[in-house]
Amino acid sequence: MGWRLHITKVGAARTAFVVLVFAALELLCRLGVIPLVTMIPPSEMVASLWSILAGGTFNNDIVFTLYNIVAAAVLAVVLGFFLGAGLHALPRLRRPLVPLLSAYYAVPTFVFYPLLIVAFGVGRTALIVMGAMFGIVAMIVNTTLGLDHVPPAVDRTAAILRLDRWRRLVLVRLPAAAPHLVTGIKLAVAYSVIGIVAGEFILATAGMGKRIAFSYDNFDNRTMYGMLLLLLIGVMIINGALSAWERRLHRRFGQQ
Amino acid sequence: MTSRRFDHALLLAGFLAIWQVLHWAAGADVVSSPWATIARAVELLGAPAFWGHVRATLAAFALASVISIAGGIALGLWLGLRHFAGDVADPILGTLYSIPKITLYPIILLMFGLGVSAKVAFGVIHGVFPIAIFTMNAVRNVAPVFRRTALVMRLSPVTTAATVMAPAALPEILAGIRVGVALTLLGTLIGELFAATSGLGFALIRAMDVHAVVDILAITLLLFCFAACVNASLRLVERRARHGG
Amino acid sequence: MAAKFSGRISLRGVTKVFPGHDGHPDVHALGPVDLDIAAGEFVSVVGPSGCGKSTLLDVLSGLAAATAGTATFDEKPLVGQVPDGIGAVFQQDASFFWLNVWDNVAFGLRRRGVSAGEVARRVDQALAFMGLAGFARAYPAQLSGGMRQRVCIARTLVLEPKVLLLDEPFGALDQQTRLLMGDELLRIWRETGATVVLITHALDEAAMLSDRVAVMSARPGRFIDIVTTCWPRTRDSRIVSDERFGAVTARLWEKLREESLRAMGVAGPSENTKS
Repeated sequence: MGWRLHITKVGAARTAFVVLVFAALELLCRLGVIPLVTMIPPSEMVASLWSILAGGTFNNDIVFTLYNIVAAAVLAVVLGFFLGAGLHALPRLRRPLVPLLSAYYAVPTFVFYPLLIVAFGVGRTALIVMGAMFGIVAMIVNTTLGLDHVPPAVDRTAAILRLDRWRRLVLVRLPAAAPHLVTGIKLAVAYSVIGIVAGEFILATAGMGKRIAFSYDNFDNRTMYGMLLLLLIGVMIINGALSAWERRLHRRFGQQ
Repeated sequence: MTSRRFDHALLLAGFLAIWQVLHWAAGADVVSSPWATIARAVELLGAPAFWGHVRATLAAFALASVISIAGGIALGLWLGLRHFAGDVADPILGTLYSIPKITLYPIILLMFGLGVSAKVAFGVIHGVFPIAIFTMNAVRNVAPVFRRTALVMRLSPVTTAATVMAPAALPEILAGIRVGVALTLLGTLIGELFAATSGLGFALIRAMDVHAVVDILAITLLLFCFAACVNASLRLVERRARHGG
Repeated sequence: MAAKFSGRISLRGVTKVFPGHDGHPDVHALGPVDLDIAAGEFVSVVGPSGCGKSTLLDVLSGLAAATAGTATFDEKPLVGQVPDGIGAVFQQDASFFWLNVWDNVAFGLRRRGVSAGEVARRVDQALAFMGLAGFARAYPAQLSGGMRQRVCIARTLVLEPKVLLLDEPFGALDQQTRLLMGDELLRIWRETGATVVLITHALDEAAMLSDRVAVMSARPGRFIDIVTTCWPRTRDSRIVSDERFGAVTARLWEKLREESLRAMGVAGPSENTKS
């Protein structure tokens, strides 16, 4: 079977599968097998999503969350990169630390959120710090991994060219480590989202998480599912774009 | 003291120092001092009520882990061995893995109500996807030369799967289990935060409600130590399965 | 360690074509090739990269079926299934990292349901034969590349194959190790009596080890020359100092140089065929 035909068949099968799942959900909801208090039909979710976007009632919530995610992600990525590079340069510090970093994501660190609120007040600062705290470890780990994978020959070439340490890092090692760094960015963004949404669930002045929690408490399933769908689609778009970038870099750079 | 132990001790000392500085800078209302936190942690370890919470969490965590591992491996094996199904499922699994599960918490609550099943469900949706993905990739990435060797030895497909593919894929599968179990713990705890009347997550929420800073930090510290131990043991198992390979 | 009887191989007009993707043409990887390999012979196949040497080995072993022509092993046709009596060693490390050396070598025997006592006897013998007796409890990860290949060879030999197929088995090793492994291979060949087919890109290796060397053209691979070396059966790597060695390698390179340039895309289409 030709390769291109295979890809088409795979794509078709995948689309068919996804459509089937949604059709099944729609049917089960409409027939009442899944009660309305638990879940509304997917078509209703889409309708709700549309009215949220078109109506604009929750625009400031959406913008609030988006701003927080971007700010937290940038903080996590930049700080995480430098911490990761520093850790890579200090192998004595790195060795005992690495197993602990893997354990970091087993613990729900957004329990620190109330402490952040006391420190920074209820508002976006606490949320952004929360998101950054969540995402930074993924960036640190992937930065060290990426710098590990810089081929020694590339490093030595940079040295032979007599570049100073700073130039070596930015002009040679950073690009060489790019595939892993982009993986780190992708994960940092994903985890920042989790940290911020969790924070907004717990307590916030505004935001999509707050809106979802509020709707849940008030049995407003329609708004809740509409908002959830918007959040999910937004996350999938961002993640999809970053994944595509990641894949392109891995392909261009080859396996290391 | 060997050099490694010394480095560990140094790291610990540094960490405690930073903690102490944070405490001074932010105040006891935000960060309790290391000593107060550790003292409270020791106190909790002696309290039967605390152990009641631990048992509740461990039970849910264990159940969620078993389901995640069994389900994840089964799914991963099937998708890894059936080339077409694997190609179809790869991006779907990836997308499901990347969705912040926290966004699904209201749906899980609506589906399972408050209680143990919600906790377990939350743990499972966190753990099953990485395990399935790692397992699938482990099977697909077995070095082709192994399969060719099995073919030249004229082994049946079943024998090949059991005696060559499975042990070759095992280290990667164990790596997936290690990641999955950590996330299952996270999921179980999140489930307890929002949907339980017992367990460490519930204890945390209670501490958060009354703003008992020292309790929050003490419980989190103990949880972190537990997670680090589980992770380290799984890493050891994984390393043994590689036999240095 | 002796094979009961060695295997004869016969190829007549064997061709291998891989069907192309939509829009891409079919890949004519091999052939047509004709070759007769006598029982107990040591034949090498050399050729430029990508010429189809590995495809040839796939057909010889039964891993792949020829698209056209007939390939037979001991007069029985090879139809894409591996027959009994074939042993293969590949370029990549195929040692099972989860088993120690002893269990690696015992692997094939155990799958055949041989009794435990017999397994032990034959494995110990194979380990001694390959100089691995002291490493029986070691794991492949603890061994060098050359040792791991020895483990793979021992694992193959313990099954007493009639034909031993080797696809660039020493490719990952340094030159000195290669030469010593070449001596090993000759010793194995003499003491087991098996037929050996060695695929290699190293001309000196082929010239030194073989009774005959088949030179393959650039893709689609066809035999453009078959050089008979006339070496005594008792040869070892020191044959390089024989005055005829230079002539053999010169003749191989004479034919191969142009094909290599062709494979690199520098020269025009091949007119060199011997079918």
